[in-house]
Amino acid sequence: MSTVILLTLTGLGLAALYFLIASGLSLVFGLAGVLNFAHGLFLSAGAYATWWAAPHVGLPLAVVLGIVAAAATGALVELVLIRPLYARHTEQVLVTVGLSLAGVALLQSVWGADARVFLRPAWASQVTGILGANVPDDRFLLIGAAVLVLVALLAFLRWTRYGLIIRAGVENRAMVRALGIDVRNAFTLVFAIGGALAGLAGILGGMYFTSISPGQGASLLIFAFIVVVIGGLGSITGSAVAAAGVGLLQQFVNYYGTAGAGDVSVVVLLAAVLLLRPAGVAGKAVTA
Amino acid sequence: MKRFVPPALLLLAAVAPFSTLAVPGLFEGPLNSPGTLQLLAVCLVFGALALGYDLLFGRAGLLSFGHALYIAAGAYGVDILVSHYGWSLWAAAPVAVLGAATLAALLGSVALRTSGIAFSMVTLAFAQVGFILVNRDPGGLTGGEEGLPMVTAGLPSALVGVTNTVNLYWLALAVLVVIVLVVHTIDRAPLGRTLIGLRDDERRIAVVGLSPYRVKLLAFVVAGALAALGGVVHALVVGGASPHVASSDLTLALIVMAVLGGAGTRWGALAGGLLYAYLDQRLARLGGDLPGPLSEPLFLLGTLFILAVYFVPGGLAGLRTRWEPLRRAVRRRQVADSPT
Repeated sequence: MSTVILLTLTGLGLAALYFLIASGLSLVFGLAGVLNFAHGLFLSAGAYATWWAAPHVGLPLAVVLGIVAAAATGALVELVLIRPLYARHTEQVLVTVGLSLAGVALLQSVWGADARVFLRPAWASQVTGILGANVPDDRFLLIGAAVLVLVALLAFLRWTRYGLIIRAGVENRAMVRALGIDVRNAFTLVFAIGGALAGLAGILGGMYFTSISPGQGASLLIFAFIVVVIGGLGSITGSAVAAAGVGLLQQFVNYYGTAGAGDVSVVVLLAAVLLLRPAGVAGKAVTA
Repeated sequence: MKRFVPPALLLLAAVAPFSTLAVPGLFEGPLNSPGTLQLLAVCLVFGALALGYDLLFGRAGLLSFGHALYIAAGAYGVDILVSHYGWSLWAAAPVAVLGAATLAALLGSVALRTSGIAFSMVTLAFAQVGFILVNRDPGGLTGGEEGLPMVTAGLPSALVGVTNTVNLYWLALAVLVVIVLVVHTIDRAPLGRTLIGLRDDERRIAVVGLSPYRVKLLAFVVAGALAALGGVVHALVVGGASPHVASSDLTLALIVMAVLGGAGTRWGALAGGLLYAYLDQRLARLGGDLPGPLSEPLFLLGTLFILAVYFVPGGLAGLRTRWEPLRRAVRRRQVADSPT
């Protein structure tokens, strides 16, 4: 029983990371139609900014700085690189691919290819006993952050004017523009939000793995892509459900099966979902 | 005249190893030194791989993010059969290529049920499973993160040893010619025109009465087999297989090559592959002397790629059409300036 609880909470912790990355990806794709390969770069920007600032200004302020840096990176990428290629989706994907290659190389040249030790709050290293299972506290940090973000994001989308524009834009972009709303500001906003969430994921991932490295973003990004496709492109709740499913499946199969079987089972789940429900769990149509 | 350029370049490439010409700056040793020949052989392999990938990307318009899987299937397939099971190269290579083609047929039949971005994601996920499997070293077959060096006992003696690098170069050139012939034959065949039709408007192909699914699957399988063939030669040229050939980075590099050269054109992807592989290897060697981020080849290549997407949309192959108006304008002025 204690093993099951530990696996469940660890799986949900991993799911929290996937959700934080996938929700930004999903919003960006749903609204702007951009498949963002540079999302891993936003994640690294947040993680490295926090890692760099933490010894100078203390951890809490460094986390804020990291999120701001990642959001700024996201907004900057949209303004400078994506906007000139408006509606040319293949070129946009190619630019983000180039950016992800160059960005990882840039991080490597500045901070080296090796993993760096990442600070975390002292209480995150302790364990809490739940029904006989000793659960490390960093799991609760991840799950709590993800639940907060999910609630805040849904509230933002439902009750604010910009949330309304974003929801309408995901539904039908041309109609929003026809009503005289400049949807491009919403694009920048969505990139900044996605960047901030990815930066938060990078910081929490750094605390969870206790280290950061330039390649970390790319390896998490692939599972986030899978989560986005399973959850349905453009749907936040779909991403949350899919992230929980993927994280739990991966943990349980990795523990009870052979090493690596968890990762394989996630891809099998993806193939099954695509064959049975090509539009994903949330049911939004998937077209290029 | 123009149609004699490719055979002439081929002849030049075939006799290049006989020359002791030293090109300072471009290469470290004379042309026939093993180091230079190996660098050139790797360039040729990547030219061939990029052209094979362009069959999917530039011609059929299928943005696959999982092409590395089939390259790895060829490279690891031949490496495992030769190194672990002691097969001869001539038996192992066809089996590896056929195996990769079967794999492409199986996975393609699932992946092609989706289209657009979802197709890219599914191929990416499939390839990621390959990458994870290769890294986990199942049954000690793949050598894990270290890769699997090729055991030379099963190879023909003409392909073993530093002095025989020239034979590897010719082998790479021969495979490049084979892949060029296959892709260009498809280009001229009805299949090639159907692929381009699919890229431009899939519904029209369906309306004409052809099955888009079957045509795409055929292209996917052919591209997978060509990738495996390139992977086999890559394993021979670099002396083994490493997890890098299975990584998504390699697929991204292939996309960069195709776009740099000009996707969907006759020679574009090939030229892009040659250029990219050359720059990648040379910059890695020169890199130590350059300051800061310039020492990372991928930083330079990634930046170059982004600039190319913005300012040279047609790639290298598109340059000529962009030069033409400029040249004509210059010529007109010369005519106007001449005193007749």
